[in-house]
Parts: sequence; C-alpha cells; structure tokens
Amino acid sequence: METLIQQLINGLVIGSVYALIALGYTMVYGILGLINFAHGDVLMVGALTALQTMLFLMGVAPGLSPIYMLTIALMVAIPVCMTLGFLMERLAYRRLRNAPRLAPLITAIGMSFLLQTVAMIIWGRNYHTFPQLISTTPLEPIAGVFITPVQVVIIIASAAIMIGLSLLVTRSKIGRAMRATAENHRVASLMGVDTNAVIAFTFVVGAALAAIAGVMFASNYGIAHYGMGFMPGLKAFTAAVLGGIGNLGGAMLGGIVLGLVESFGAGYIEHLSFGFLNSSYQDIFAFIILGLVLIFKPTGLLGERVSDRA
Amino acid sequence: MKHSIVALAIMSVGLGAAQAQDVVKLGNAAPLTGTISHLGKDLENGSRMAVDAINAQGGADIGGKKVKFELIGEDDQADPRTGTTVAQRLVDAGVKGVIGHLNSGTSIPASRIYDQGGVPQISPASTNPKLTQQKFPGVFRTIANDVQQGGALGNFAVKTLSARKVAIIDDRTSYGQGLADETEKAVKAAGAQVVAREFTTDKATDFNAILTKIRATAPDVVFFGGMDAQAGPMLRQIKQLGINTQFLTGDGGCSPEMIKLAGDAINSNTYCSMAGLPLDKMPGGAKFRADYKARFNGEVQLYAPYAYDAAMAIVKAMEKAGSVEPAKYLPELKTINFEGVTGNVAFDAQGDIKEGAVTMYQFKDGAWLAL
Repeated sequence: METLIQQLINGLVIGSVYALIALGYTMVYGILGLINFAHGDVLMVGALTALQTMLFLMGVAPGLSPIYMLTIALMVAIPVCMTLGFLMERLAYRRLRNAPRLAPLITAIGMSFLLQTVAMIIWGRNYHTFPQLISTTPLEPIAGVFITPVQVVIIIASAAIMIGLSLLVTRSKIGRAMRATAENHRVASLMGVDTNAVIAFTFVVGAALAAIAGVMFASNYGIAHYGMGFMPGLKAFTAAVLGGIGNLGGAMLGGIVLGLVESFGAGYIEHLSFGFLNSSYQDIFAFIILGLVLIFKPTGLLGERVSDRA
Repeated sequence: MKHSIVALAIMSVGLGAAQAQDVVKLGNAAPLTGTISHLGKDLENGSRMAVDAINAQGGADIGGKKVKFELIGEDDQADPRTGTTVAQRLVDAGVKGVIGHLNSGTSIPASRIYDQGGVPQISPASTNPKLTQQKFPGVFRTIANDVQQGGALGNFAVKTLSARKVAIIDDRTSYGQGLADETEKAVKAAGAQVVAREFTTDKATDFNAILTKIRATAPDVVFFGGMDAQAGPMLRQIKQLGINTQFLTGDGGCSPEMIKLAGDAINSNTYCSMAGLPLDKMPGGAKFRADYKARFNGEVQLYAPYAYDAAMAIVKAMEKAGSVEPAKYLPELKTINFEGVTGNVAFDAQGDIKEGAVTMYQFKDGAWLAL
C-alpha cells in the first residue's frame, strides 16, 4: 500500500512538471499549428540562467536567505526566457508563418539544436550541480510515504500556475484575443485583433512557464545540463498530444496522466505482465496508452476540435 | 601537410609504403556532445597529450625517420550508429590507428569497420567483454573488462559489505548491462540473493518509480551499472525516498563529477569500483595529473591516462616494427610490453590488458578513497 501511494506521489510530481511544459507546446500549437520543438530547450536555458544567477548571488551575498535567492534567480530566468521566446518567434517563426507546414517544424528542430549548442558553449559539457535552495530532505514520513518539501512546492506551484493561466485565457482581454486568433487568425485580425502581438505574447508566456518548469526540474533533481531539456520536452509533447494538443486543460490532464502512467508502469509492469516485461519497457507502457487513446479518440483525451490547419 | 597527402596518395595505390611521410594520422573517437561528453573530452585530451608529447620530442623514431603525429578527433555522440559513421570516416581519412571509443555500445559495432579497414583500435574505456570476444585481430583495450570488474564488485558487495539482499539497476547500455550482468553472477555465486533487477536509460533523470519498487524489497546494497550522470541523481532520490541502503556502482560512476552531482546524498555508504589503479597509485599518475592540469586547466576525469597509454602503445609498436603500416606493426602491438602511466601495458591473446587491476573506492571526506 505504501508503495502504491509513493508511486502516486512520484507520478504527480513528475506529471506536474510535464503538464507545465506541455502547456507551452499546446498554447503555441493552438494558435499557430506549430509544434515548437525548441520549447524543451527554453526550459534548459531557464534552469541554467537561474543557476548562473544563484552562483553569482552566492558570490556577492552569501548570507542571502534561500527564498530570496530563488526568487531573484526566477526573476532573472523568466525575463531571459521570455526574451528568448519573443526572439525565436520574431526572427525564426514569423517569417515562415505562411510557408508549408514542414518548414517551421524543421526550423523548430534546428532552433532546438542551436540553443543546445550555444548553451554547451556557454556552460560547457559538464553536468552542473543545481543548488537545492528548497530542502530535498524528506519530511517526516506519513505511513511510510516520503515526500520532500521541493516536491510539495512543485505540485502546489504547478497547480497555481495552471489555474492562473486558465483564468488568463478565459477571463482576460488578451485571453479572448488569443482564443480568437486560435480560431482563425485572419478573421481575428479583420476584427481588429493585433494577431502578431497575440502570437508573440503566446510565445512569451509559454517561455515563462518553461523557465519556471526548468527551475523546478533542476531543483528537484539537483542537476542542470545543456541537454536536460530534451527528454522532458519530448515527454511533455507526448503529454500534450495525449490530452489533445491545442487544448489547455488537455495538456494539464495529459501531463498528470503521463506522469502517473510512467510511475505505475515502471512499478507494476512486471506484475501485470507476469514477469514477461520489466521496467526497461516503462516508456513503451506510456506509448501504449498514448496509442490506445489516439485510436479511440484521435483528438486526445480532451481535444474537441480538429485544427483545420493541421 | 601537402607532402603527407601526396605520400598518402602514393600509399593508397600500393606504391612504396615506406616513402617519406613526416606526419601520420591517428584517430580518436569519443562522445564530444551529449550527456557524457565531459568524459569523452577527457578521453580525447589523454590521446592528445600523448601525441603532443611525442611531437614535442621532434617525433617518434620509426624506420630511421622522425615521424610526427596528428590526432583526428571525432565525435561519436555515444551513439552506435554515429559511432560506425565516424569509424568509417576515420578509416577513409587514412588513420593508422584509433584510440576509442568510450562506450562499449559504440566500440563494438565500430570495431567491425576498423577490422575491415585494417586499422588497429585500442579502447581506453569500453569494458564490455564482447568487444574483444569478437576475436578481431586489431582490437585491444587498456582497461580491465567487466568480467574482471563485475566479479570484483559482486564479491565486494557480499564479502566486504556483507550484503544478503542486493538490488541491481542498469541503464540498458552495453556497458551498464554487461557490468550489471557480471555483478549479478558474482553476487549469486557468493551466496547472496538478487532481490530486484530494474532498468533505466542513459538519458533518464527520474528514478523514483523503480527506486520505490526497490524500497519494498529492503536491499542491503543497491548496485547501479551506468554513468555518473545517472548515478548522482539516483543517489539523491534514494535519500529522498528514505531508502536505507549502501550504494555501489562501477567505474562509470567513480568520478569527481559523481560526488558533485550526488550533493549531500553521498556518504560513506557509497562505494564504486574502478578498473585499473587510482591516479595517485599509477606509476606516472602524479606527473600526469600535473601535465594535464597545465595543458587543459582541469582535473583528469577518468579515461585520459588510459587513452594516453593506448596512443603510446600504438606509437611504441610502430617504433619497434619500424613502420607505421598496421599490417607491419600489429604483431608488435600484440607483444608490446612497456611501463605506461597506468602501469604495465601488455595485452593477452584476446587483446585485453594483462592483469587488469580493479580497485574499490569508498566515499570519504569529500573524495573517493581507494580501499
């Protein structure tokens, strides 16, 4: 039983991070029909920028309390990633907006390589230890289940950010402009919506989420590296598709479901398959679920409309 | 340079192989990008130091001529497919010997290409037994293989750490899996029980799911076959999940990097093994460390001394044979015997290093301490 609950928590923690990253994929896809493969690497830039800031702060103000240090690091990482998201859209994707779909997709992959290589030049090839400013020492176990403060923060912060984003999209003026642009950006622009600004805004918000996810990811595992964005990016993309790409609620649900499936998959696949499969097949387990969902519901768990630009 | 290209062209059409050739190419293949690029660059640095050392003396004395060397470093990205591509590229570039690759998973497929191209290959890092079991005449390694290392690890877990229950994890690479399999055999042979056998990948950072599963089996020792990039975060997660166990890993996790990455989770219950001797106990270790620091402004990670010896073995065999042609110097390489940085370098009939030593380490006072 304690193993079961522990796996549930493991799944929730990783699932929250996936969900946060998946939001960035899904927002951009919803509006542009573009899968921004460089999104995972924005996460990496966020984590490494935060790391650099923390190291700087530890040098100049070693007595600073961890909470301030983390806040300042986020305050630096988020704008850096926002600028990066803005520049990516402005310099690379905007020119290709009316190009065949394959062109921006390949550009996105190229952008991903570019970011990784630049990060490798700046921060080197080595893994960096990420200061764990929120404690990773487990709290007093409850019924044999362990959870660390940083994991609690991840779950709560992700939930708060997701609620905030939902409100932004459904309640605010810019949110309405986003939805209008997603529906049909030509018509939206005829109605007086500045679609270029809306698209840029979407990239900027997505990048900010990625920065936060990057800092969370690095804080939880205690490492940062120029290639760290690749795997979570890929998993979050899967989560976005699972939930129904283009749909915000779907991305959140997809992230959590994927996290849980992975966690339970690794934990129980051996029993479920009577010892035939083992934990080396944990990713297969996630993709079987994805396959099944897409067979029976091609638009994903919560996907309603099929994008006419797909 | 132009001269050597002309010489190469003459050789490649089969005319006078012993023509004047002042620069001979050696290849180095290791991952220079990706998750273990820090170890790959370290390996390449080792080869480069050897080549620089020889060139600094005015070159090696081969067949009455002073011969200088040029190192061509290729990036195999730790990927088997890229590994074979760069192997072919090195063969096509006309290298006379190759130092590499790092990963067993890339060394093994690449070795076939080197064999077909007639280029000897010495791996300073690949420890999977299969590499030399293929019986290619030109394949060697300067590091102890996993049969030797896994045996030592299994015995250490059961006899020294008195483990009754051992959980084993590997990263599904040729190296990690090979080492874990050998360790499992040795653990069972020594009379202990393997209570869990779990798997991850060489790109993973989250091990909570498999560790939670392992926690339920209450192991005395958790063994991980894989690299430091995974072993560090894994050890943190062991602590976060409140698993009270000793942690043991192979040479891939026996680096200074591992200590950094594991943060406050590493303690004296952490052990690792290393093929060969510690840098301090290597005959040429202290000087090597100082030279390396002077040249690259950093610490030796792992494989640099073994790469250095591999490059030296090739050059020494060339000197003895009086020829840089693989067909001529290969017999000399098989019987080579010299004092390298890592100790005595001599190969057995299969191409494995003779008397490959394995040293166990324990984490103590912020560093790995040889036991």
